[in-house]
Formats: sequence, C-alpha cells, structure tokens
Amino acid sequence: MAINPKKHEMPSQEPLVRAHNFNEVALGYTAEIAVEEAQRCLNCKNRPCVQGCPVNIAIPDFISKMKTGDFEGAYQIISQSSALPAVCGRVCPQESQCESKCTLGIKFEPVGIGRLERFAADWHNEHSTEAPKMPEPNGHKVAIVGAGPSGLTCAGDLARKGYKVSIFEALHTAGGVLVYGIPEFRLPKAIVAKEVEGLKALGVDVETNVVIGKTLTIDELFEDGYEAVFVGSGAGLPNFMNIPGESYKGVYSANEFLTRSNLMKAYKDDPVTPIMKGGKVAVVGGGNVAMDAARTALRLGAEHVYIVYRRSMEELPARKEEVEHAIEEGIDFRLLQNPVEVLGYNNPENPRDPKNGFVTGLRCIKMELGEPDAKGRRRPVPIPGSEFVLDVDTVVIAIGTSPNPLIKSTTKGLEVNSHGGIIVNEEGLTSRQGVYAGGDAVTGAATVISAMGAGKVAAKGIDEYLMGK
Amino acid sequence: MYQILRKKELNPTVTQMEIVAPLVARKAKPGQFIILRVNEEGERIPLTVAGTNPAEGTVKIIFQIVGGTTALLNAKKEGEYIQDFVGPLGVATHTDGIKKVCIVGGGVGCAIAMPVAQEFHRLGAEVTSIIGFRSKDLLILEDEFRACSDRLVVMTDDGSYARHGNVTVPLKEMLEAGETFDMIITIGPLIMMKFVTLAAKPFGVPVTVSMNPIMIDGTGMCGGCRLTLIQDGKRVTKFACVDGPDFNGYEVDFDEAMSRGRMYFDFERHAYEETCNLLKGGN
Repeated sequence: MAINPKKHEMPSQEPLVRAHNFNEVALGYTAEIAVEEAQRCLNCKNRPCVQGCPVNIAIPDFISKMKTGDFEGAYQIISQSSALPAVCGRVCPQESQCESKCTLGIKFEPVGIGRLERFAADWHNEHSTEAPKMPEPNGHKVAIVGAGPSGLTCAGDLARKGYKVSIFEALHTAGGVLVYGIPEFRLPKAIVAKEVEGLKALGVDVETNVVIGKTLTIDELFEDGYEAVFVGSGAGLPNFMNIPGESYKGVYSANEFLTRSNLMKAYKDDPVTPIMKGGKVAVVGGGNVAMDAARTALRLGAEHVYIVYRRSMEELPARKEEVEHAIEEGIDFRLLQNPVEVLGYNNPENPRDPKNGFVTGLRCIKMELGEPDAKGRRRPVPIPGSEFVLDVDTVVIAIGTSPNPLIKSTTKGLEVNSHGGIIVNEEGLTSRQGVYAGGDAVTGAATVISAMGAGKVAAKGIDEYLMGK
Repeated sequence: MYQILRKKELNPTVTQMEIVAPLVARKAKPGQFIILRVNEEGERIPLTVAGTNPAEGTVKIIFQIVGGTTALLNAKKEGEYIQDFVGPLGVATHTDGIKKVCIVGGGVGCAIAMPVAQEFHRLGAEVTSIIGFRSKDLLILEDEFRACSDRLVVMTDDGSYARHGNVTVPLKEMLEAGETFDMIITIGPLIMMKFVTLAAKPFGVPVTVSMNPIMIDGTGMCGGCRLTLIQDGKRVTKFACVDGPDFNGYEVDFDEAMSRGRMYFDFERHAYEETCNLLKGGN
C-alpha cells in the first residue's frame, strides 16, 4: 500500500464560525482517521521521534497499538511518560519536536503524532472506567509548589513511584497557565480538570489558596515533614514596554486579559469579572500568548483585532498552526511595526468626563530589519518619520514576563540568575539541598511541554536523592 | 471552604467578619491583605486584614458594600462559608525605627488603619490617630482607636459628630504648631491620601500611603494592580500586590491611580444593582 504523503487533516470548526465562539477549534480525529494516520508510521528502527519529545514518550509503540485500534493500550503507553496526554496532544509544538524528527517527514509530511496522542487521550477519558492502580506507598513526602504543567508532571511521576505528594497552588483552581492562560478554544478547561482528577486518583493532594513564600515558606514545608520540594511557580510579573500611556484604561498585560477571560470566565454572557469587550483591539507581540490574546479578543466581540509585531512573519515566534488559525479567523497582522505611545482621551474642559483616561489609539513606528544580532536574528530598526496611529480602544501587551519574586525573597540560600530565574543543575536541583525547580520559574516564559520536561527531570532527581538518603 | 465565625454590622454600609483561616491567621501582619471569592463563580477581591486571632485561627475583615461581590458577601450569615480565602499577601507595614507616628484614616480605610495603629501602640511608639468620616452614621471603630492612640481626633465632613471638617485640618494644625512625626501613615480614599501627602509636604514629614487598586490574582502574575511612582523624575511601574500595598506618598501618581480605579465603574454599579435585586428577590 502506498503511503499517503500528507497527514490527515484535523477536522476543525469553520474559521468564521469559531471566531465567534469559545468552543474548541480543533475537533479531533475520528477512530477511522486515527487508525489510518497511525498506519502512516514506518515504525523505523532508530525512533528519532522519541528523542524529539521532551518527556520521551515511546511514540512508535503507542502508534503501533493505534494501528490495531487498541486505543486504550496506546493511552497506557503514553501515560507511562506523560502526566497530561490530553493537554500535550493539544498544545505541544509537535512540529518543532517529535514530528520534526519523523523519518517519514524527510520525504513527505511527518506522522500526525500530536493528533494521535490527543485521540488516544480523549478516547481514554471518554471510555475508560477503570480506576488507576494506587501505587504502593514508599513512606516519603514531597511538596510541589504550583499546580501548572511542571508541578503536575513532577507530582504524577513521583506519585506513581509511591511518594506522598502535596501540591500547593496559589490560585483557587489547579492547572496554572493551563487554566489562566491558554484559552478554552485551544484547551477546554474540562480536560485540565480531568487530568488533575487523574492525579488525585493516584493519591496526590492538591491544596489551593496556598501561596508558598507567603502562606507558608519552603523552610516550613521541610519543618512539616516534606523531604524534598519542587518549585514550579511559573511565570511572574508581566513586562510592559515602558512607553507613555501604558496606564490608560484599556491597556492590559496579556496575563491580565487572559486571566480575566479564562480563569475568571469573563467570556461568559453575564460575567461577574469585567473585561473590555468589542471595539478595536491591538495585541503587541508575536508569541503564542499574543495569538491567544488576539483570538480571545475576537471571540469577545471585537470589531477588528491587530497583532503588532516589530519583526517580520519569518521571525514570529508563535506556532505556525496558531498563526494560520489567527489569519483564517481574520486577525490583522501588522508586521515590522512597533508601538511608541498609547494615546488616551483627555477632555480639558471637563476633568470629570467619564471617557477621560480611556485608550483611543496606539502610535506606532514602522521598522526594517537591520544587521543580525548575537543570536543571528536580524535586529528591527525604526524608520525615521514613519510614525502613524492605529485607532484602537484596547491594547494588550504580550511581550513576556519576569520571574515572580515571592519565593526567592522568602527562601534563604536560593540562588537566582540576573533575570531572576532560579538556578538549577541538570537534575533540576537548586542551590538549596532538597529543593528542585523547573518550568518558567527557571527559564522564564517557555512552552508547556518544556515545563513538563523539567518537572520530569526534577522528579527523577528527587527520587534519586531520597532513595540515596 | 472558609467559615464565617462571627459577623457584625459596624454601620449600615460596613460589615466586619471573622473568617476561619488558620494558616493566614498565623502569618498575617498589619498592612497585608487577603483575596477572597464568595462562591464558585465569584470574582476575586482583595481586602486588607483588619486583625487576626492566631490562637482561634481567625482573620478579621472589614468591608464596605460597594459592588456585586461585597453585596453577596454581606448576604452571608454567621456560620456559613465562603469559597476561597488566600493570604497573607503584600508586604507588611514597616515599623522599624518609628517612635512617633501619625495614623490618618478615612472612612472604611480606618478598618485597615486600626491594626496598624494597634501594632505601633504594641511596639511602644507614640500614636496620634486622626480618623474622618462623611457623617456620624458612618463612624466606625472609635473605641478601638481610642484604646491604642495617645491622642485621637475624630472628624466628620458634615459636622454631625465630633469636629467638623476633613482629616487634613487637624494634621496641618499639628504640623504648623511645630509637631513632628517619624512617619505619617494614611489609609483611605485616594483623594484623601493625596491631600494628606500634600499637607505634609511643606514640613518634610515622610508619608506612607496604602494603595488598593483593582486586582485579580494578587500574587504578582497579572499586572492589573500596577501604579506609577515618580522617582528622581522618572516614571517607574510598580505592582501593589507584591511591591505594596504601602508606598511612599510623595512618589505615587495619585491622579493616574484614581483614573485607573474607575475603569469598571459602570460595570460595578450595574453588578451592584443586579445583586441587590437578586438578594431582594430571594427574601
């Protein structure tokens, strides 16, 4: 049988329909498509895809199960390596990881590994009724700070080894960026909740409303009998551009805009947490978070949404698939443009005018790409005299975050780098004995799967440390 | 879930509750705040801690009924539960080296000023308290302030109780009479804190203000609570949730903070009316 050169398309909501709802964009393979796609896998000997996966899922093995329609068997193989298969199948940048290494991809399109992973996980969640086997307790207690991707992964790996794991989460819901950051239309919150339930079924405790560094310190966790701590406290304070007008009403950080919509459910019809809806919106930045913010704004009812990015399409750091989705939905990409000032309304006649202080526009300057910088990326340079104004009501700034200071400032002997990221060795160990860290708290803003990879590394490090004690 | 152990109406628009939250009670210091959600679908609102009882495991909060969430919270009865209660957040009020302090509180801000005054009193500092209210009906915590202050001045804007006028009047008189303080700490409406700062400026007395901007997570993640400080002529962005809520009054851009505070004014008023109608309907 000849191999289909293309991977099977992901069934999706029509762009102009989905641009007005918060339901998931990608609908998932059917069982028939999943089996057909699985059959494209060559099951090659050197298995390069496994090396491309930050958590080293036995990809050809799970795909072999899928070829025969054994979806539960496929899920079981994935879950040996990944604590969050339904999440990863949706948000991993497979095109630059497993799928980029696929042997089939040399000649044709690679196997749709991510789509198959998603199918297996969804199939399991829908059909499996079997409770997971509770691991034999090994008598050791580990604390995890933050219930985001790195913390959940670390917790899952340790719980499966028999550790008594408690996760401490600052917010009222577990999931971290999976619930406050990534929108419903890309990752339904019910899926995150289901994955967290799965961990609880393994005996993991999740304590919400506990801010480590404030409610309890890391030293107190040790006093309470925890023998090791993993810090996965995530991204911190949002960066702003430091241009005039950033305090006008209608300027949001992407973190705030997305948190209001996702975690606080401001996207609902009659929300209790307010958000600015409608009008014209400019999102500044070119990463996945910028794409999420722009597409959220559109779904909240914006008439027009711009992405303002200072480099060109080629340098845009967001996943290709997300950029394509955004373009299909009608997001207006303004490339090689950079904001210089946020404009606001000021009525000099009436200081009590209710419109005072609200955003009216974003002054930008056109850019061109100059000489490559140290990293080889061509540096954007402003073109003198090219300033212009985008007429907008809302500006969302999605240009990254700086690590949260809470833990560093309350934990003696925890070393951080010049950017405020916690310093760890290759096992995830920090400068404090028994304290491990990973995810955005270490690297600054990165991907869900890299955080999960770090959680996995730290779980191994913690296991070796406590078993060697 | 967090139980409301005791509830007391301080005046028709201000309520005091003691919430069972042992971990917060053990840690909270004057000047810090908590974030709560009343129910599963509720919004997160910050409230400054008005006192703690670590032995009992309770945290005291005092709030004014101004919007949908505070109306909903006020509808909860003693013995009932609220969904979420997290803290203590923010940096505690600095007390080091302050031997003589003037606490200036306005309206419901007095609820936050009270534990600060009590803390200075406990540390042996000389405490002058000036507390102001719009009218006699809105007066709260007079006895509590009297108990922890070496000198107490009560003001009402309309003259319906104690001295007539706003809080800057007695403050100016004291400063003009040559009185000095190591620190003036002012907590209340932004406009009041701005004018307290302006009143103190000619005398060079340091002023600490307690900012209470719109917040969501309260842990240094969303950036919604940002405010601008003017330091050496430069505008610097700070976050009230992790850098504050206390700031140097001379550096705060009050006008910007006042404008940002009104961002959801229409939404809030609508939510308040909706909630009140809903609560009335339920009775």
